Amino acid sequence: MTQHERAIGDTLLKVDNISLGFGGVQALSNISFDIREHEIRAIIGPNGAGKTSMLNVINGFYHPQEGAITFKGEVRRAMRPHVAAKQGIARTFQNVALFKGMSTLDNIMTGRNLRMHKNILWQMLYYGPARTEEMEHRRRVEEIIDFLEIQAIRRVPVGKLPYGLQKRVELARALAMEPELLLLDEPMAGMNVEEKEDMCRFILDVNEQFGTTIALIEHDMGVVMDISDRVVVLDYGRKLADGTPDEVRGNQDVIDAYLGVPHDEGEA
Amino acid sequence: MLYREAGQFKTGYNTDQSIFPIRQDRWAIALFLAVAVVAVPLVIDDYWAKAVLLPLLVYAMATLGLNILVGYCGQISLGTGGFMAVGAFASYKLTTAFPDLNLIIVLLLSGCVTAAVGVLFGLPSLRIKGFYLAVATLAAQFFLVWLFNKVEWFYNYNATGQITMPPREVFGFLITGPEATPAATYLFALGFLIVFGLVAKNIVRGRVGRMWMAIRDMDIAAELIGVRPLMAKLSAFAVSSFYVGVAGGLYFTVWFGAVEVTEAFDINQSFQVLFMVIIGGLGSILGSFLGAAFLVLMPILLKNFMVNWLGVAAVTAKHVEITLLGVLIIFFLIVEPHGFARLWQILKEKLRLWPFPY
Repeated sequence: MTQHERAIGDTLLKVDNISLGFGGVQALSNISFDIREHEIRAIIGPNGAGKTSMLNVINGFYHPQEGAITFKGEVRRAMRPHVAAKQGIARTFQNVALFKGMSTLDNIMTGRNLRMHKNILWQMLYYGPARTEEMEHRRRVEEIIDFLEIQAIRRVPVGKLPYGLQKRVELARALAMEPELLLLDEPMAGMNVEEKEDMCRFILDVNEQFGTTIALIEHDMGVVMDISDRVVVLDYGRKLADGTPDEVRGNQDVIDAYLGVPHDEGEA
Repeated sequence: MLYREAGQFKTGYNTDQSIFPIRQDRWAIALFLAVAVVAVPLVIDDYWAKAVLLPLLVYAMATLGLNILVGYCGQISLGTGGFMAVGAFASYKLTTAFPDLNLIIVLLLSGCVTAAVGVLFGLPSLRIKGFYLAVATLAAQFFLVWLFNKVEWFYNYNATGQITMPPREVFGFLITGPEATPAATYLFALGFLIVFGLVAKNIVRGRVGRMWMAIRDMDIAAELIGVRPLMAKLSAFAVSSFYVGVAGGLYFTVWFGAVEVTEAFDINQSFQVLFMVIIGGLGSILGSFLGAAFLVLMPILLKNFMVNWLGVAAVTAKHVEITLLGVLIIFFLIVEPHGFARLWQILKEKLRLWPFPY
């Protein structure tokens, strides 16, 4: 089911020779890969391989010491996260980073932040342009709520939601940004089979209906091999392999490091 | 039984996002406002204005402001007293420099001046968080009070170091000075509170409010969504300080009429307002009003009860009052750490179902 009815386009994001170190620890050394438009790209590897660091670099949280990132033809190395957001990169976190005190609706509405422009003076008045804008975005948000089937929890503060739903709200918030590139950091971690299946369906639907390019980190190999178009494998900050799921599965280095032979240290 | 929303259908997002989506709430608030605007001024006397209602209105305003900063944006501040002093002194300087300037404009400008000062002292919040920020804002408190005490220009070089509000009229009604009627001062302050209460609600339910709450709840994720921490935090400091400044201005112009900075705006003032925010409910507009009402009215009630009913000596009553108030605060915070606003919400939820269990 890997090849969907959608055209994989040109390179959307290109990572060139990225190196990132924190003091003595080299988190990433000389990593290069690319993500093409409309594809689902998986990043896998054992714990501590540098997967999340890689997303953080793409996001602008970490500034790599070497290398460059090209997004939509624009080269950049160091940038602030909100600039990345403005360029169209959205992200979910491994350990859910929702706004716990706010309702589901408000969380997702916050995702529209960059697309709302009425200033604080209009907002003080509320009636008039600010309300028109608010309603317009509320409509868009309701579409996303319908899409992810979370109508019932609209008004619930997200801190009170079960974990699986929180993950879904976080995806909703990222989608509300209408990103071109969506980074998902372990979207299925800690979920049961049913929740995983739901999440897979949503990811594929997002990819197909909105044409959003997706880069995801995931440990469930069944899921990764099923839904992704191409996979890049990291280990100890180095790139081990890059290719289609079948190629990666057959790669001896990957099997040794991650996938499948008895290993001294068990993989969590 | 009376409090049912059955049959009230929402036909658009407009109605769904209104402040009072339930019809009974709208009636209740309309009734309450009618009493406050029409009935109260008819019966108000000097004691009620100066000892009960003006303190209530002024503190409600300050609490509203601090709640925006602490409750909505999650930035703690212990400089409220100092910022109120800025508002008071700004209104004094403005009204003495431009005697013809309408008092409403004077107070709004004072709010703007305080907002600017607030932004200045809010700058450290970009680097430091939590308790450390509290200490940094404490510096604002002490510096500002010291400044207004030390630099004679602020109190127009008079000998006492006190500022006194000259009589001012607004639309032909005398609002300030000893001759002003209780009803006029009360209505003036009430007008400010109603308008700015509404404005606060509008801000926090819109984009800017969500931006603040996002920073409060998870600043990293907020930044990722495109919220700029600089803008969010400083705008919260500005809006919050504006409210606190207007509160300080009202405190000086209509409530006391004359203040001495070290007495009126010391650190106790900062704590007082912070307690109102916490007891009322962090991140709730209604909570701001409830918190202010509790801490203003409770001591008066306790004192009157003890002196008039139990026959306790006034001095003893004062001491018992302070103790009791402390006990009450602890009690309420244990029962409901999210303050009165949350209690109110639970009550409403129960009321909707009553008399059925669910």
